[in-house]
Amino acid sequence: MSTDTADSASAAPITPRSGRIAKRGKGGKGPRYARTGYLFVAPFMIAFTAMFLVPLAYAAWFSFFREQMIGGNVFVGFDNYTRAFSDPQLMAGLGRVALFFLIQVPLMMALALFFALALDSALLRLARTVRLAIFMPYAVPSVVAALMWGFLYGPDFGPIAQLADKIGATAPDFLGNLMLGSIANIVTWEFTGYNMILLYAALRAIPTELYEAAAVDGAGPWRTAWSIKIPLLRPALVLCMVFSVIGSFQLFNEPSIMRTLAPNVIVADYTPNLYAYNLAFVGQEYNYAAAVSFVLGFVIMAGSYLFMLATNRRSRS
Amino acid sequence: MTPRFRRRTGLAAAAASPFAFAACARQPVEPPEHVSQAQIDDAMRTPTELNFWTWVPGIEKQVALFEEAYPDIKVKVTNAAQGAGHYAKIRTALRAGRGAPDVAQIEYEMVPAFTITDHLLDLRPYGAGELEDQFVEWVWAQVSGANGEVWAIPQDTGPMGMLYRADIFDAHGIEVPATWEAFADAARTLHEADPEVYLTNFPPSQGAFFSGALWQGGADPFAGSEGPVLKVDVVSEAAQRVADYWSTLAAEGVVSTDPDFSDQWYQAANRGKYATWLTAAWGPVFLQSTAASTSGKWRAAPLPQWESGDEVAGNWGGSTNGVFNITEHPIQAAVFAQFINTDPECTKAMATEQFLFPPTKALLEDPEFTGLELEFYGGQKVNEVFAQISATVSPDFQWPPFNDQVRADYGPTVGSTIAAGGDAAAALGDWQDRIAEYAEFQGFTVEEGS
Repeated sequence: MSTDTADSASAAPITPRSGRIAKRGKGGKGPRYARTGYLFVAPFMIAFTAMFLVPLAYAAWFSFFREQMIGGNVFVGFDNYTRAFSDPQLMAGLGRVALFFLIQVPLMMALALFFALALDSALLRLARTVRLAIFMPYAVPSVVAALMWGFLYGPDFGPIAQLADKIGATAPDFLGNLMLGSIANIVTWEFTGYNMILLYAALRAIPTELYEAAAVDGAGPWRTAWSIKIPLLRPALVLCMVFSVIGSFQLFNEPSIMRTLAPNVIVADYTPNLYAYNLAFVGQEYNYAAAVSFVLGFVIMAGSYLFMLATNRRSRS
Repeated sequence: MTPRFRRRTGLAAAAASPFAFAACARQPVEPPEHVSQAQIDDAMRTPTELNFWTWVPGIEKQVALFEEAYPDIKVKVTNAAQGAGHYAKIRTALRAGRGAPDVAQIEYEMVPAFTITDHLLDLRPYGAGELEDQFVEWVWAQVSGANGEVWAIPQDTGPMGMLYRADIFDAHGIEVPATWEAFADAARTLHEADPEVYLTNFPPSQGAFFSGALWQGGADPFAGSEGPVLKVDVVSEAAQRVADYWSTLAAEGVVSTDPDFSDQWYQAANRGKYATWLTAAWGPVFLQSTAASTSGKWRAAPLPQWESGDEVAGNWGGSTNGVFNITEHPIQAAVFAQFINTDPECTKAMATEQFLFPPTKALLEDPEFTGLELEFYGGQKVNEVFAQISATVSPDFQWPPFNDQVRADYGPTVGSTIAAGGDAAAALGDWQDRIAEYAEFQGFTVEEGS
């Protein structure tokens, strides 16, 4: 209940109702204001249309054709989509990223939440340094991160393998059957800091009165974290989760880089995005690649929507 | 995790398709029956700029020699990318109808990929037909069309041989194996004597190596494919012999199965994990720069043979220069492609300075080239070894019109199965199924061998 109050209280200044009141108050200036508003968003809208909407529509149109080496280009309707839904390679890739999501995201979110709460508790020394240190990996381009971790994981030459060798043990097969876990580790390393910052910022926005009230009621730091901070973090957590759904299903850079190290483990259809890329640029099946991309887009939309539906329902009950 | 770096990658890939500017496509050149010497002379005196896309280091040398010979022609060299990226850009530009180069570097295995889409200019009318005698027979076969067209001018080749560590062989009393049977025995002996060392490494995702191995093994899986008919037979007896062989050695654990050209592999080569590298004529100079710490210990020899007493090799790598038929300057482009690959000074520089292994008979017999002694190989005349191997490459090996896809399907089917020591015959069957399925999607009439 307290969440609802907090939400509507903070959102009040920009509700449509107050907007209408403002407009009425200024008399007939409304339309001109509207025009100026459009002018302000125009640069963005133009770029958004040219760089996003048009290519998207184009790709959609494109996915209804099939261009063949023999026989040229024909309109095939939903053929590419029927093929995609019965394509075992695409399904295997989707299954793999779904598994990745289930393993990696809870771990990363738990870590991010832990660090955010720890920073917010003001009990840490060198809080700024710690915050920066955890956030730093996010500033490393993911390609560089993948290269770096690829070196660390390397059998024979990698430091972990060499260390294991020194103490007479065998290093785990990071680039073999543990590959998905190895990638999950890279992604966790990269994005924990990012999620931590989002959660930390949300924590800072919690009104201090609530803490005071909790203290008056005799709540200790753990109780405050559990009963006040985490419930109030729900919107920020949902946002982080939706980002993570999208990020997981679009996994591309890390497997693409690691591929040179373990070409037999990371096959061309390892993730749906990698599959679409290889369809287009190796197999020249541009049309089918477009259809696969749309299928992936729908899966992500459906996933995000289901997730939000589930969390909303839970918050209402 | 955020979507910041990855969002829409797939969509962008699809949207960057070659359809985009199809409306303003240039019409391809209709090749004339014959171009007279007067026409050629005239064209070569017309100020022209040619675009040449290549990844060959130091090609400026040959370009300078050409511009010296034909001062009115300027050549703009662009290094767009190497391998797959290079072809993707060319395809996009060709389909867009503008921005494509006049002349480009094309590997032998990719020549059919550009003839199936009708993008290469037949160079016969421009005098290329008369060049046949200058080139080794099997190389010429690689650039020749079914009706005698000359689709490209060969630049370098990669006849396959074996580089071996003489010191490791000596230490374990291993003779240079002349047959694959002897090679397998040596692999077992060596690995038993020293578990840290493998006689060789089978690179599981290196489709080009496997193609070369098929070539040597007498398999010619796409033989007879022409136009809309694709013949595919990667399950032939000859192919099974090759795949079974490697799968057996991998199952016994007497060869390693590391991905080649990876950090791990470079490291292992320097450390002496592999006693041989089954490679091509470009391998010796490459190894010299990447495994410098092992200088003086290596020697070169022909590949082991399937039948004792045979002398057969396959080819791995090498490339050509082809002219695209959208060019506005077909004569100049054709003359350029021919000049840099046949002019004695140009080709000599390629062979002795850029270390491209030559396809021309003249150079392969040139004592200055074959007599070169390399210290890395204990002063052995490595070029001479490979020049002799080059003469034993079979002329019968045809590439499919979509070799990049065939390669992509090789790794997850055959490559990984062999590396795991699995059922090679079944894996070849999977590979064949994938190739056939792709070909049918592309509109080919597929004729499968079995």
